Amino acid sequence: MKHLVLTTALAGLALPATAQTIGISIPAATHGWAGALNFHAEETVDRLSEQFEDLDFVLTTTPDPGTQISDLEDMMATRDIDALVVLPFESEPLTGPVARIAEGGTWVTVVDRGLSQEGIEDLYVAGDNESFGRTAGEYFVENLDDGAQIVVIRGLPSTIDNERIEAFEAAIEGSGIEVMAMEHGNFNRDDSFTVMQDYLSRYPEIDAVWATDDDQAVGALAAIEQADRNEEMFVVGGAGMKQMIQRVMEGDEMVPVDVTYPPSMISTAIEMTALGVMNPGLPVSGRFIIASELVTPENAESFYFEDSPY
Amino acid sequence: MSTTTTTPARSRAWMPDLHVLGPILALVALVLIGIALNPNFLSVANLTNVLARSAFIGIIAVGMTFVIAAGGLDLSVGSMAAFIAGLTILAMNTILPSMGAGIAVIGVGVLIALAAGLIAGAINGLLVTRAGIEAFIVTLGTMGIYRSLVTWLADGGTLSLDFALREIYRPVYYGGVAGVSWPIIVFALVAIAGEVVMRHTAFGRHCAAIGSNETVARYSTVAVNRVKTLTYVLLGLLVGVAVVMYVPRLGSASAATGLLWELEAIAAVIIGGTVLKGGFGRVWGTVVGVLILSLIGNILNLTDMVSPYLNGAIQGVIIILAVVLQRKGTAG
Repeated sequence: MKHLVLTTALAGLALPATAQTIGISIPAATHGWAGALNFHAEETVDRLSEQFEDLDFVLTTTPDPGTQISDLEDMMATRDIDALVVLPFESEPLTGPVARIAEGGTWVTVVDRGLSQEGIEDLYVAGDNESFGRTAGEYFVENLDDGAQIVVIRGLPSTIDNERIEAFEAAIEGSGIEVMAMEHGNFNRDDSFTVMQDYLSRYPEIDAVWATDDDQAVGALAAIEQADRNEEMFVVGGAGMKQMIQRVMEGDEMVPVDVTYPPSMISTAIEMTALGVMNPGLPVSGRFIIASELVTPENAESFYFEDSPY
Repeated sequence: MSTTTTTPARSRAWMPDLHVLGPILALVALVLIGIALNPNFLSVANLTNVLARSAFIGIIAVGMTFVIAAGGLDLSVGSMAAFIAGLTILAMNTILPSMGAGIAVIGVGVLIALAAGLIAGAINGLLVTRAGIEAFIVTLGTMGIYRSLVTWLADGGTLSLDFALREIYRPVYYGGVAGVSWPIIVFALVAIAGEVVMRHTAFGRHCAAIGSNETVARYSTVAVNRVKTLTYVLLGLLVGVAVVMYVPRLGSASAATGLLWELEAIAAVIIGGTVLKGGFGRVWGTVVGVLILSLIGNILNLTDMVSPYLNGAIQGVIIILAVVLQRKGTAG
């Protein structure tokens, strides 16, 4: 609470004299979702810098937690940022460095991946992994019979992945749906293609696939088509990739629905942070959780973004 | 590390052939484990899957065998494959409106992939030989460059081949002759050609001579720089060939394409019995190495025996074991 008051006071003093600088640190575009995150971050930065002359941005993308810590140190030391928007690469290693920045009076917005300690950030903007897993699970329960057999392709081993899987398992508990296998596709099309090929060799009957991610769904679908078992099962991905939303929209029976986990949440975070630093006293601190929604042929149009690379 | 280079010659006497037989024994053992664990392991579909998915790394690893035998190293092949795949897809999409969907567009795409591989390989090779920079550094640099370039080309997302072209191009990965799919055929042809070149041509012998002792090779009138450059050019060309087989599989390329291919290729070469510091290369061993690595993944996916978190650990153990077994049989 104390540092919150301090932030407001400092920002209030600084505002008339100099431009405000917002530092943004996000993971590099190593897979589709992160790529879209980068796209939306850059787009928002371009738009806001054009709109507001006294707003400066420092955008860095990092391939690993170590580099991210160095980036944050550089931002503090050389760019004297007034606010930080950070999507921690990993929670544990980033908690200390981000806490020190917050203690120094800089406004901190944490995106998507929470820190290990509560109460560090001023604003938390995130998707809801629990609702992501649950939404998918509920769809499976509604659309599969007792005794149905499914396979799961998990994402990159991480807390996010664990939360999604736990929520999914909780949602299908008692429905009689059997999860035959779970392997990691690492959010990678090629890895998921391989995993799905092996599932198809291993199980003569599969009723549905929860691919947990749209890139993974693309890989899984290619493997199913190769084995010519299209009629047998449906695939549910997740995140909201353009091509997948389109297939849902067209009523593709293999891709009946999708579950959102919008990468554009970074825009929400940057916009709210910009609002906060430019208008001292405006209440934007707190938690902003973006629910995962079920994309169906009926509502798919409102989730389709032509220009997005994802 | 140091013990491997000081292995005394005595071990050669009691087990003369282990370094040749080691990889084959490991492969046979894996096949037996696969059969025991899952009845579908030997099905045509599963064997086709495993061989076809080995083809990309396999084709690249054959080229890598020459580079490593000549004392070089190439860390850039995975990124290079991703970049060339992206470039090829972009080029085919661009010329599609003017040429119309047909074999011609695919032909141009294939030529672009091969040419790009050739040029990328030549850049690596010339930087190593003409500029005199260590291969590790040169290819570490180009690795980063190509990875960034493909991310930039894709605008952080995924480059996808136009749907009309994908249908025409698809048989190159999924089709085949007499039940054997194209990637397997191409992999086999590349492997056989590689084995012949390594064993029965002056080029193959020069590679080993340079890797063994560059100065001696130079005094023996081997055109050291030319041969070394050519190994990188050959590898680049084979990366192009791998891309030609890869693009029709999913019809897309992104920053995640070809991730860690370079390390898998290097691991396969080493498992196969080629010496990492150069001087000796064995192409058929490399092929066995590639198959061993693919089979581990396949077997782990076919069973629930091991936590998926441990896949990497098992691959690591097998790589080290394979090399330990071989080093006991060689004088390093």
